[in-house]
Amino acid sequence: MRHVLRRLGFYLVALWASITLNFIIPRLIPGDPAGALMARFQGRMTPQAIHALELQFGISHDPLWVQYIQYLGNLLHGDLGTSFTYFPTPVATVLAQELPWTLALVGMSVLISFVLGSLLGVFIAWRRGSFLDNVLPPFLTFFSAIPYFWLALIALYLLAYTLRWFPVNGGYDTSLTVALTPDFLLSALNHALLPGFTIVLASISGWMLGMRNAMITTLTEDYVLLAEAKGLKEGRVMFSYAARNAILPNVTGFALSLGFVVAGSLLTEVVFSYPGVGFALLQAAQNSDYPLLQGIFLLIALAVLGANFLADLAYLVLDPRVR
Amino acid sequence: MAMLPQSPEPVVAPLSQPQQGAGAGTTAGLGPAALPGPALAPTPVSERPWMSLWRIFTLNRKAMVGICIVGFFFLVAIFGPFFIHRDPSALSNDVLVPPSSSHWLGTTQTGQDIFSQLVVGTRVSILWGMATGLVVTAISVLVGLCAGYLGGIVDEVLSLLINVFLVLPSFPLAVLLAAYVPFKGPLTVAVVITLTSWAYQARVLRAQTLSLRRRDFVEAARSGGESTWRIIFFEIFPNEIAIVAAGFVGTAIYVILAAAGLEFLGLGDVTVVDWGTMFYWAQNNDALLLGAWWWFAAPGLCIALLGAGLALINFGIDEVANPRLRSEARPSKRLLRQMLARSLGGGPGSETAPVGASRSLG
Repeated sequence: MRHVLRRLGFYLVALWASITLNFIIPRLIPGDPAGALMARFQGRMTPQAIHALELQFGISHDPLWVQYIQYLGNLLHGDLGTSFTYFPTPVATVLAQELPWTLALVGMSVLISFVLGSLLGVFIAWRRGSFLDNVLPPFLTFFSAIPYFWLALIALYLLAYTLRWFPVNGGYDTSLTVALTPDFLLSALNHALLPGFTIVLASISGWMLGMRNAMITTLTEDYVLLAEAKGLKEGRVMFSYAARNAILPNVTGFALSLGFVVAGSLLTEVVFSYPGVGFALLQAAQNSDYPLLQGIFLLIALAVLGANFLADLAYLVLDPRVR
Repeated sequence: MAMLPQSPEPVVAPLSQPQQGAGAGTTAGLGPAALPGPALAPTPVSERPWMSLWRIFTLNRKAMVGICIVGFFFLVAIFGPFFIHRDPSALSNDVLVPPSSSHWLGTTQTGQDIFSQLVVGTRVSILWGMATGLVVTAISVLVGLCAGYLGGIVDEVLSLLINVFLVLPSFPLAVLLAAYVPFKGPLTVAVVITLTSWAYQARVLRAQTLSLRRRDFVEAARSGGESTWRIIFFEIFPNEIAIVAAGFVGTAIYVILAAAGLEFLGLGDVTVVDWGTMFYWAQNNDALLLGAWWWFAAPGLCIALLGAGLALINFGIDEVANPRLRSEARPSKRLLRQMLARSLGGGPGSETAPVGASRSLG
């Protein structure tokens, strides 16, 4: 329990850090990019909206700490400002529309990639020196060294554009209405297959190699030898004895990898014009939509921190030593 | 050894783990791998550490292949542009021509020669990639070694900083920073990536330094009255040179990927010709829907090859450092039985196993 609280405390500090970074960055950058942009919106916004934006960008005459408290207060009310690109929609609304798509696509892909990669790692470590063990790591490493978005471009060109196996862009058939009907869900799944596949392909080698290397060390332990000597079933030795211990570094590594995988997935969404947070990121970056950019960063930080906390809890279940 | 004092991380992986993302992932073992165990025996290397690094490279086949690939790109970056007589940005009437003898890699929508762009872009991408990698490595060495050696409040603060930056999603943070900076260009991209990606390597080096600081040769230097800075950078640092090198290689992969990603989003200077901006223009002109696969194929293949080359080098360092990771068959079951029988002095089936062996983590 103490461990959980300590980790929780750490994530709260990390969350505070990301919020504070979000507050400070616009105020530290030389020049006044936001001010120039604001000028464009003069007269199109209510004074309140302008005041809120001024707070966000630090174009305010209040002392810094007052601005900071106002900023935190706005955040607590879920007020992330107004998007320039989707003017006058609030950032929070834009994000709420796009988050489910990203959560479903990226969440599922990361999960599949983690489970499949770890399983593959277990198997190639078990059959070390076999054909698979020699071929799979370099092969998949090549894919992981490719920029995600490039892999996505190639997959899109070959499988969707040339062969027409998959839809070329979007998250669903636009002739359908967004609702929980079988037709819509099928169409959404069909559109998610190819982006999901490229994310899995690009990210699987990290999990696989981590698992393989930890597994190889674990396999030399005496208790594994003993289990084999006792004549236990192969599967039991492989999973309950060796893999269970070998997976710990992979769970710890989850924290380090997740941010990277999420970043890659965002770029994949851009390529597929997938209606998720990544696509909003592109819009925001190209239109200098600072409120939306900041909102996206906060949202992703929150999601990554949350996933890490879950990984920590999983670690607790897997490793009795930290209880 | 697995439990690092003062570290909020529960356990430092005993052996390699996926690192900075599955993609940049190829610091594979070396990072954390080097913490405990037999890896990169941190015996005081008074004999030239550079030589042992060179041995690592030449002994291992994977590392050798990697070196050849990376070496090729360096040669292209240094000498390639001298052989290009076409201005890579010059427009022409050959619009969207597929690869042919006059345009080896085809042309863009405005008739620019992609081969010229690629060769000239190689210099920009590699130069900035390596320079950024070096700066990131330097920062992580400074932070990691200071935190590990100085300990106390310095370590507390630096460790917290490292761990916070580790969990913050660095790419979105880089996008945010790059969008706010008013001057676009390779320098901006480099600075932004440096600020967001130093933490991983710093954590690895801090852990390694923690395990070195109580060694005899450090104690000896301390009692010999050497200054703290001298101990850190002349006694401890040389012993971590292999980890630093592996970290640099892994960082370089990440930097090149991240730079390409930022420029793909249009956050770089789009008038500079390099691999990332080639993507940007290809994407912005709908190269894909025009069927111009050659436009985005070339720079992507270069990044993938260079990345794979760097990854192979790290595999090589990894395997030399930890021989157990090599692809050799495990001893057969029969051999295992014999070994066990010998070590237990009993028959293969003897039921002396402690129950719940799987709980002991060795």
